[in-house]
Amino acid sequence: MQRNISIQHPNRSFLETTRIDNWWVGPLLTSIGLLAFIFYSTWAAFQNEHYQWGPYLSPFYAPLLEFEWWPLSPAFLILWAPAGFRFTCYYYRKAYYRSFFLTPSACAVGARPQKYRGERFLLVFQNLHRYFLYIALIFCVILSYDAIVSFSFENGLGVGVGSIIMTLNAVFLTAFTLGCNSLRHLVGGNVDCYSCASFGHQRYQAWKFVSLFNVHHNFWAWISLFWVGFTDLYIRLVSMNIITDYRIL
Amino acid sequence: MAEAQFKVFRGEGAKGELFEFPVEVTEGMVVLDAVQQIQSRHANDLAVRWNCRAGKCGSCSAEVNGKPRLMCMTRMDELSLDVPVLIEPMRGFPHMKDLVTDVSRNYEINKKIRPLTPKPRETDGTYRMQQEDIERIQEFHKCIECFLCQNVCHVIRDHSVKEFAGPRFLIRIASLAMHPLDTLNRLKELKDVFGLGYCNITKCCTEVCPENIKITDNGIIPLKERVAGAFYDPLAWLWKNLTSNSKKIPEKNK
Ligand code: SF4
Ligand code: SF4
Ligand code: FES
Ligand code: FES
Repeated sequence: MQRNISIQHPNRSFLETTRIDNWWVGPLLTSIGLLAFIFYSTWAAFQNEHYQWGPYLSPFYAPLLEFEWWPLSPAFLILWAPAGFRFTCYYYRKAYYRSFFLTPSACAVGARPQKYRGERFLLVFQNLHRYFLYIALIFCVILSYDAIVSFSFENGLGVGVGSIIMTLNAVFLTAFTLGCNSLRHLVGGNVDCYSCASFGHQRYQAWKFVSLFNVHHNFWAWISLFWVGFTDLYIRLVSMNIITDYRIL
Repeated sequence: MAEAQFKVFRGEGAKGELFEFPVEVTEGMVVLDAVQQIQSRHANDLAVRWNCRAGKCGSCSAEVNGKPRLMCMTRMDELSLDVPVLIEPMRGFPHMKDLVTDVSRNYEINKKIRPLTPKPRETDGTYRMQQEDIERIQEFHKCIECFLCQNVCHVIRDHSVKEFAGPRFLIRIASLAMHPLDTLNRLKELKDVFGLGYCNITKCCTEVCPENIKITDNGIIPLKERVAGAFYDPLAWLWKNLTSNSKKIPEKNK
């Protein structure tokens, strides 16, 4: 049972590996999850109806910007911001570099052959992630406001299933944003000597706080992604009278 | 006594074959034990590096069933013994003999890193640092230089990018750049000499590190953020130019 092989370096052709575990499951599930979200959110943005019901407003349409001069769905006026935030997020970059760009699809599995330039040429815009963070922080406030509004029904304050769903949406999005690597840098990561810098101790505490969320950034990324789609779907179905919003209180 | 089959790569200068050997499995055995058993019973001239047998010297790096690992820290009971266990040398470095590769390029990269250049001592002749100042970089000091991260990084392994320092050295630079006493600004060389931009943060280095150093999250991404702030942030650039009285700013904070 001998076989002549060569382990020349660089040695592996595309996708070649001697791993025997199911290394392709991760990238496959990631692609399915990301594609499902992209298809659903694009479809929902094109609908231009059923995004509101009672005190509920779909997060794809929040803040609601309706202008005479804008012929398309108002969703397109705002969706570029969360889309850009997630697209340039360090976690999502890992996810789609692995599952769509295949550079590499998994560790010790041959990467897609190319003149590799990493994030230096075409992808250098990824360095602007911090600007999307600034906008995302504003969105956290807007969606929290919408979540509070979702408790005020025509006949007074109340709690519907939709209010809970919208509140969780704001919570998940905030938890995702609080773990952002650019935020971690901004609040304290860029300090070398906390005991010498002004407000050094506070910045160290802030850095530690952001780090708590940063450790699970991929978890919050998926939960918040799923939930924002689910929130839109729920409000859509209620507004289409396919399901009825249950009033808890 | 259970028996397992091993397939071990043998050969010189990248050419070779997989040889199959039986291994007698005992309780608590690790892959390095198995390889040494093969060496003593069947292949006395099998070339393999090892030293501490405790995951601390970083010598016994290899690829076990296709995954970069330390052989002395890979227990037999975590492997499926239904199929032969495959042992290959690290693929990211030039091959020498059997399981031994030439890792000297790593030492060449290391020489290019400017050493710690501390600020002057305090008046009583000492340096003072608080725990919160050095907590972050202590993680990087756990590195045992096994080079598994350099081996698995696709930038080196698949694309052979010569200008890329690789994860081990990026965290070494991180440990200096974040050092409370260091006075050098290392951002330009990170971008231009050590090729930080080649890393696409796909985290394979973190996945294989036997010391569980969060290489990407705690080392590389913070460096990328610093480089982004220094070279790619239009508002920061504007601010720097409006407020520039650069002579007063120590080099580190430019
Ligand atoms: S995260 Fe960067 S340094 Fe680490 S293996 Fe991936 S490309 Fe290489
Ligand atoms: S960082 Fe981890 S994987 Fe890389 S050389 Fe050090 S101990 Fe090994
Ligand atoms: S790194 Fe993921 S949101 Fe900023
Ligand atoms: S023999 Fe020292 S790390 Fe394995």
